[in-house]
Amino acid sequence: MHPTVVRRVAIVAANRIPFARSGTAYARIGNRAMLTATLRGLVEKLTLQGDRLGEVVGGAIMKHARDWNLVRECVLSSGLSPATPAYDLQQACGTGLEAVILVANKIALGQIECGIACGVDTTSDVPVAANPRLQRALMDLNHARTLPQRLRASLCALYPGNLIPELPSPREPRTGLSMGQHAERTARVWGIAREDQDALALASHRNLAAAYDSGLLADLLMPYATLERDNNLRADSTADRLAALAPVFDRHTGTITAGNASPLTDGASAVLLASEDWAASRGLPVMAWFSHAETAAVDFLEESREGLLMAPAYAVPRMLARAGLALQDFDFYELHEAFAAVVLCTLAAWESDRFCRERLGLPAALGPIDRARINVAGSSIAAGHPFAATGGRIVATLARLLEQRGSGRGLISICAAGGQGVTAILER
Amino acid sequence: MADTLLRLANDRRTARLVRLLGLPTPVLLERASGGWQAQELAGRTFVCAGGPHARLLADAGAALRAAGARVTESGQPPDAGQPLHGLVFDASGLRDVADLRQLHDFFQPLLRPLARNARVVLLGEAPELRADPVAAAVARSLEGFLRSLAKELGRRGSVANLIQVATPPGADLLLALSGPLQFLCSARCTYVDGQLMRIGHPLADTRSPAGSRRLAGHVALVTGAARGIGAATAARLAEEGARVLCLDIPADRDALYETAARVGGVPFAADVAEAATPQRLVEFVRAKFGGLDIVVHNAGITRDKTLANMPGHWWDQVLAINLRAILLIDAALLDAQLLRRGGRIVCLSSMGGIAGNYGQTSYATSKAALIGYVAAQAPRLAPLGITANAVAPGFIETRMTAAMPFLPREAGRRMSSLAQGGQPRDVAELITFLASPAAGAVSGNTIRVCGQGWLGA
Repeated sequence: MHPTVVRRVAIVAANRIPFARSGTAYARIGNRAMLTATLRGLVEKLTLQGDRLGEVVGGAIMKHARDWNLVRECVLSSGLSPATPAYDLQQACGTGLEAVILVANKIALGQIECGIACGVDTTSDVPVAANPRLQRALMDLNHARTLPQRLRASLCALYPGNLIPELPSPREPRTGLSMGQHAERTARVWGIAREDQDALALASHRNLAAAYDSGLLADLLMPYATLERDNNLRADSTADRLAALAPVFDRHTGTITAGNASPLTDGASAVLLASEDWAASRGLPVMAWFSHAETAAVDFLEESREGLLMAPAYAVPRMLARAGLALQDFDFYELHEAFAAVVLCTLAAWESDRFCRERLGLPAALGPIDRARINVAGSSIAAGHPFAATGGRIVATLARLLEQRGSGRGLISICAAGGQGVTAILER
Repeated sequence: MADTLLRLANDRRTARLVRLLGLPTPVLLERASGGWQAQELAGRTFVCAGGPHARLLADAGAALRAAGARVTESGQPPDAGQPLHGLVFDASGLRDVADLRQLHDFFQPLLRPLARNARVVLLGEAPELRADPVAAAVARSLEGFLRSLAKELGRRGSVANLIQVATPPGADLLLALSGPLQFLCSARCTYVDGQLMRIGHPLADTRSPAGSRRLAGHVALVTGAARGIGAATAARLAEEGARVLCLDIPADRDALYETAARVGGVPFAADVAEAATPQRLVEFVRAKFGGLDIVVHNAGITRDKTLANMPGHWWDQVLAINLRAILLIDAALLDAQLLRRGGRIVCLSSMGGIAGNYGQTSYATSKAALIGYVAAQAPRLAPLGITANAVAPGFIETRMTAAMPFLPREAGRRMSSLAQGGQPRDVAELITFLASPAAGAVSGNTIRVCGQGWLGA
């Protein structure tokens, strides 16, 4: 095998549609339409019509069975050359960032010159599946060879109780607990106060509103359907209003409310990555460079072993070691706000000598972060969290922050179902 | 869009009933699928003839044979049992009233043996070539003969057209004549009926249509490409190998992108009437293709109201999209020298632009203007090797006509020699011919695709 020179990977452009709370502006629009529109927006903005890209990678968490080749189908309707390959991937909420990593790695290795990483999700158009017993009966009927076999399968298929459809569940299959219940437990372990969570949520809304007002997000998103901004954004939210909300997952002693958690959301995002040469040949400016990535997973089957959403706490130190950086060496921290509690638990873990020594095997705590550098343009609590689209939103936002600053370094951390975490570093 | 009468009249079980009721009995029309074939007329038998001084006959016969047709020049029908697919009569030698008898003598015995879906082409000279008033009158008389003959043939699904040669004797006409004659004799000339096609000197790079994928390497812009005639044209041009730049308004983005994907083309969402569009288009074409070979101005709208009731902005909208946009886009492309040598401009006019329609003063104004525009552009663009022609569709089965009330729609369908509506592809066939290298001698024409519609004939 020939040795390959690893090349720099540029984040060149991005596009997304405004995110919409579940059942609102995009209630009647599915994944395919949203992702297609998002890709078209990127294609038209950069005049990529008819061009063959290295690949388009993306995914959706809530996906109909018929959308088994979702991204490729969207590419065929995107205006890109039909000779552009595409594939779907899924890593729960890490999907979007994992897609960026995959495209970036291929560019870095010289396998492709450019590619789009994308993601889309909807909780307004979720797949409602046939009852598993009905599905089994239909399979049996399909395979039945003899009359008695056919009759038995038919009877089974017609049994009324088997007609009740199966809805996608928001629960972790291994624990039977919802994401919020898990987050609530972890918050209790780390002693995260309700007030701190509400404060983080309030900052998210204020920062996102300011980002819109300052024009920071201009040309990173396009109007879609009836929206020009994320409709979950509450620029006028106050600490009092957030404090008035009741806890959702534990009525009595819980701390997580609708106000300090990310809502169910519909939306799509896409990011164009390219080699330095490709960007230069197109006359496209580089927003930021993609430099490092790390993915981690934890054993969350018992809360005592680890919290479900704590994997980024493990991924980041490993990435820092590889990059030769300290946790404090960043100008921006983009910590995905699945729940405000998750961000605060992660920060607390990094500040904990015990956690860093025992769990991470480090000599001492990673230490605190300058809070003023965290999610300076808002994050998922304000913008919403269309699972697979969140990674693209964060990469685009951070790249723009770095572009605006002129130089610097930013850290991305995203927690995902199944006890996983995807993290990355952008530089400029 | 389904033409129920057409179906019933061609179903064995109901055909008798349709005749018994005295309803029109339209014939299922022959259409070609796929791209132009090197031997497009293979398996077809034509009888060709001309009078004593006919100067086009030899070239006509050669052109038909080159496309694979069997040609009989005796003026006799083929042996009994052999189908006769078409007739070509060279009337360029007719100069006197007595000579006109040749029309009767040639056609009269051959019309009964003529198969359904036959193609008849009359060749004549342009009247203005003839100094002698009698000879000019005889040249002009062919149009009346042709139109009446076409009406008689229409009930059998056959079409008849006239090629009028506007170059004086002595010019080498084989190249100029081949493309138009082969097209008018082919199954692609399904709904072009009772029309006159004038041919002049072939432009420098006129090529015989021999071979398939005649537009390989060509880049074509089609406006209003999302659906209907525009989409059919994009598909047809792509079949001939052209790379199609499909343009339509942003509001129709979904249909536009799907059409572009289907024809392997490139989508470009833009409103032709927007001030910035011509320049955006120029930059897009320059960046993507470096130039254009074909421009099909198909985008158009109707905002129908009687003039007494028509708001000013409705008038403005129609004129802006149907006329001004075309003039500005052409000007921008020509200024930027993006329309390459051998280029083709085809404008979509309309039967309404010829005959006028109640409630369509604005529309007819814009569509008639295009007839004048291509006639004026043709000589100006000839030195650049570029032709400009217009196509005027009659009743075509599209979403627009499907939305018409029943009675006007039925009337629209039946009031033509072929007693049925045309398909978008029929229009696309004529546009594609006019866009091909084979049509280099055809410029400044407005040709109807109307099944010889009775309106404005």
